[in-house]
Formats: sequence, structure tokens, C-alpha cells
Amino acid sequence: MIKLFDQPDNTWELIANGLPWTLTLAGSSLALGFFLAIGLALVRLSPYRPLQALAYAYVYLFRSTPLLVQIFLIYYGLGQFEAVQQSFLWPLLREAHWCAILALTLNTTAYTAEIIRGGLLAVPWGQVEAAKACGMSTWLRFRRVIFPQAIRQALPGYGNEIVLMIKSTSLASTITILDMTLIARKETSATFSIEPLFIAAAFYLVINFVATRGVMWLEYRLSPDLREAKTGRTLPDQDVANAH
Amino acid sequence: MKKLTTLLAVAALATGVATAASAADWGKGSSVRIATEGAYAPWNYTDSSGNLVGFEVDLYKDLCARLELECTLQQQAWEGIIPALQAGKYDAIMAGMSITEKRMEVITFSRSYAATPGVFVVKSDGPFADLKTDVDAVTMSELDDAEKAAIATVKEAFAGKTIGVQIATTHENFLNEFIAGDVTVKTYDTQENLDLDLQAGRVDAALAAMSYWKPLLEKDEGKGLKIVGPGFTGGPFGNGVGAGIRKEDQALADMFSKAIGEAIADGTLSKLAIEHFGFDASAKE
Repeated sequence: MIKLFDQPDNTWELIANGLPWTLTLAGSSLALGFFLAIGLALVRLSPYRPLQALAYAYVYLFRSTPLLVQIFLIYYGLGQFEAVQQSFLWPLLREAHWCAILALTLNTTAYTAEIIRGGLLAVPWGQVEAAKACGMSTWLRFRRVIFPQAIRQALPGYGNEIVLMIKSTSLASTITILDMTLIARKETSATFSIEPLFIAAAFYLVINFVATRGVMWLEYRLSPDLREAKTGRTLPDQDVANAH
Repeated sequence: MKKLTTLLAVAALATGVATAASAADWGKGSSVRIATEGAYAPWNYTDSSGNLVGFEVDLYKDLCARLELECTLQQQAWEGIIPALQAGKYDAIMAGMSITEKRMEVITFSRSYAATPGVFVVKSDGPFADLKTDVDAVTMSELDDAEKAAIATVKEAFAGKTIGVQIATTHENFLNEFIAGDVTVKTYDTQENLDLDLQAGRVDAALAAMSYWKPLLEKDEGKGLKIVGPGFTGGPFGNGVGAGIRKEDQALADMFSKAIGEAIADGTLSKLAIEHFGFDASAKE
């Protein structure tokens, strides 16, 4: 075990115990939020005005209020209503981690929808028309032409969102979830030193390093058009030259 | 590794986490900054218009008047209250803080100005409303067999259940040391948030000071709650509540101790305690 500070050896291990919660919260809310966001972005771009307005209202609401407030409202706020406590949702809302996943998912859905919307709008219209001219159906056009390019365009922005979400999971510590942040806070208050917080910060740095590298790799994979071909095949102009 | 630690310490300094705090000459007319949490009624809390009020807010005014100090009160989140004292953001803590050996390792205290046992509170219509032990008071510093049995009874009753407690309190230490295991301990930023979860049924019981619960249970917010089991004192609960002060400012701690002694002698302290807690939780001679 690497020892950075004059800390009891187990501080790293203690904080590592919170790692599964941090990863679970970030992973599940990002996964759920991504699919919801695709739907929301499509609704935002749909030709039906009332639907557009609804989608915009959702995005506006969740982007314009602090995530911490959303977490508190869902966890402490909903729990105060007798009706909520009696409802079938209570077994879920009773648990802090479901409340946290709900808040994080609703939040990332709003941001991701805007990122995807930007990606969708960036697909050149000429390509869509060309696909139409080839006789592609709406679904085929979306699957083969629009969506792959939209995702590629949205990726840098989405990478940002991933990093933000990983950091945002630390807010779940305020509603009793024993993630890395809460364990570090408990250790800090037990030892009256800020070193456990430094250790937690180091963990977040490593996670986000891996996440950003992952996004970079994906960007590379999805942009074959922007890099040189790695095949052994000779270039076309040389083919032409050899032919003569 | 030494270098890295130094580097981080410098970084901490640069960001204002720690500002130099050296002993000052304390005397008449000195200005003293006092910190309180402002979320622990009736000790210290904010009223509907946002003013800090409570037992300690009245007490600090009385003590400072006796000592002829220019005191100012500021609000500080409970969790970082000791590190910020050491960093010199203020000079004293008056926030319902128990005098414990663990805290004495890093800061010093005035003499105690109040003493109050820790007790469990549950919903009065819940399954734990009838929890009883053979003894009413458990002194953690010298446990006899009956007291040990009482702790075992509590531990057994809450097996598989959840007990809520405020983070970084003597009560949290007690739960971790003596109750945790089969019992899940949930920690909260503030006592007020813990109360919400107790009412919502997310925790089966909550542990805090009698002086906190008693006035609450008489109000609407405390409707449907009930104190159960024995009152716990000593050991992890410390020896009463005092003003927390940096070690190098022992002189200031001594001044506060003297003023507290005077307030006990002339009855001011017990008058304030009865006014705020509804019973005399003040320290005695």
C-alpha cells in the first residue's frame, strides 16, 4: 500500500470502501440518463409544439436548479408527504441510494439531451436529403446516417458531462450514502485533519483520468475518417501511377 | 514523501484552509470571535428571521460582558468546526460541544457550562416504543454489570435496524464503539435532517442529547416521538459541554472558566438553562 501521508495505513482502504458507491451512482445514472436523453432530444426536435415545449420545460427546470437542492427535495422533501409514504414508490424512495440515483439521472438527462440535440443538429442536412433520395426509411436514416454522426459530434461535450457526474456523486454524501466523500468526511472529523479529503480527491482524479481516456479512445474509434488508414493497401493515386 | 506532504501543506495554506494562529494576549477589551453551528436547538439555532438565538447565544453575551471582551458570533458548519478553530478563523467554539478526551488531544476547553445525557428517541407508535432497560442511567466511564446489560439490551433490540446520528458527535463515536455491527449507523450533516428522517421512518431510532430532545418533543415537530432506554454519560460522551479553544490560548480558556464559575454562582446559568431547555441542564460547582 502506498503511503502518502502520516496517516494510519488503513485510510486509503477505508476510503476505497466508498468506491463501489461512487461508481454505482455515476454508472447507473449515466447509463439511464443517456437513453432517456436520446428520447428527450428527439422530443425537443419533434415538429409538435406542445411536446417541444414540455421537453424544453424539463431541460430548463433541471439545468437551472442546483443538483444539491434537487437531491434534498427528492430525499427529504418527498419523504415528508404522507401520500408518498403510503404509495407504492415508498420502498424505493425510502432508500437514500435510489433517491440519489433518481436525482442524478433526472439531472444528467437534461444536460445530455442538450448535448445530443447539438450533435443531431450538426449533421449536415444534405446527407439526410441524400439518404432520403436513396429511399431510406426514417428509422434507417436515423440509424445509419444521423445518429452515428450525432454521437461522434456530441462526444467531447458528453465527456465533460461524464466527468461532472462522477464528481456530482459526492453530493450523495449529504443524504447519508457512504460514498468516498462521506467516508473521508467522517475520517476528517474523527482525526481533525483534512488529509482524508486529499486522499478522496486523489481517488476522483484517478477515476476521471480513466474516464477521460476512455472517451478519448472512443472518439478515436469513431473518427476513422479523420485519420490515416492503417491498412497495407497502397494509396489510390499510386495505384493509378503503377497502372501505366 | 515528506516533500509531497509539505507541498500539500503549502497548497492548503495558499487556499486559506489554514491561516497562522498564534497565541494572543487576551485581556479586557480583546476582541474574541466565537463560532456556533446554528442548527442545534435550543443550544444554538436560527430563528425565522435568520438571527442566531439559543442558550449559547444568550450565554456568550453574559460571559463576554463579565470578562469585558468584545465578542462577535459567527456561524460555522458543525463538521469543520474544530479544524477551522485551529486554522484561526475564530477563537472559541460554543456549539453544544462535549468535552471529550479525543477532542482534548487537539484543543482545550473551558470548564463545562452544561451537562446532559445522550438518549435514544423513537416513534411512539413504532415497535421500539416500549424499549426498557433495568437501569435509567449508564455511566460509560465506569460500567457495572447492570449497565453492561443495558447496553446489550439496546444493541439486541436494534439488531438489523438503523440508528441515525449527527456526524462527528460524541453520539456517533458511542454508536460506532458500542452499538454498531448488527445495527446500521446512518450519519447526518445536521440534527435537523436526522429528525426529518426519523419522522419519515428512514431510521428506526436517533441518538442525541436529552437537552436537544426534551424541548423538541414538547413542540409540534416532535409530535409522535418518544425517549426510550437509559441516559448515557461519561466515556465517549465526555464530561459536560464547554467552550472549545485552541491549546495555545489556554489563557482565554481560563478566562471563560472563571466567568462560567461566576455565572453558576449567581444563578444566571441555571436560569438560562431552564429558560431554554425546560429543565436545569446547567453545570454545577
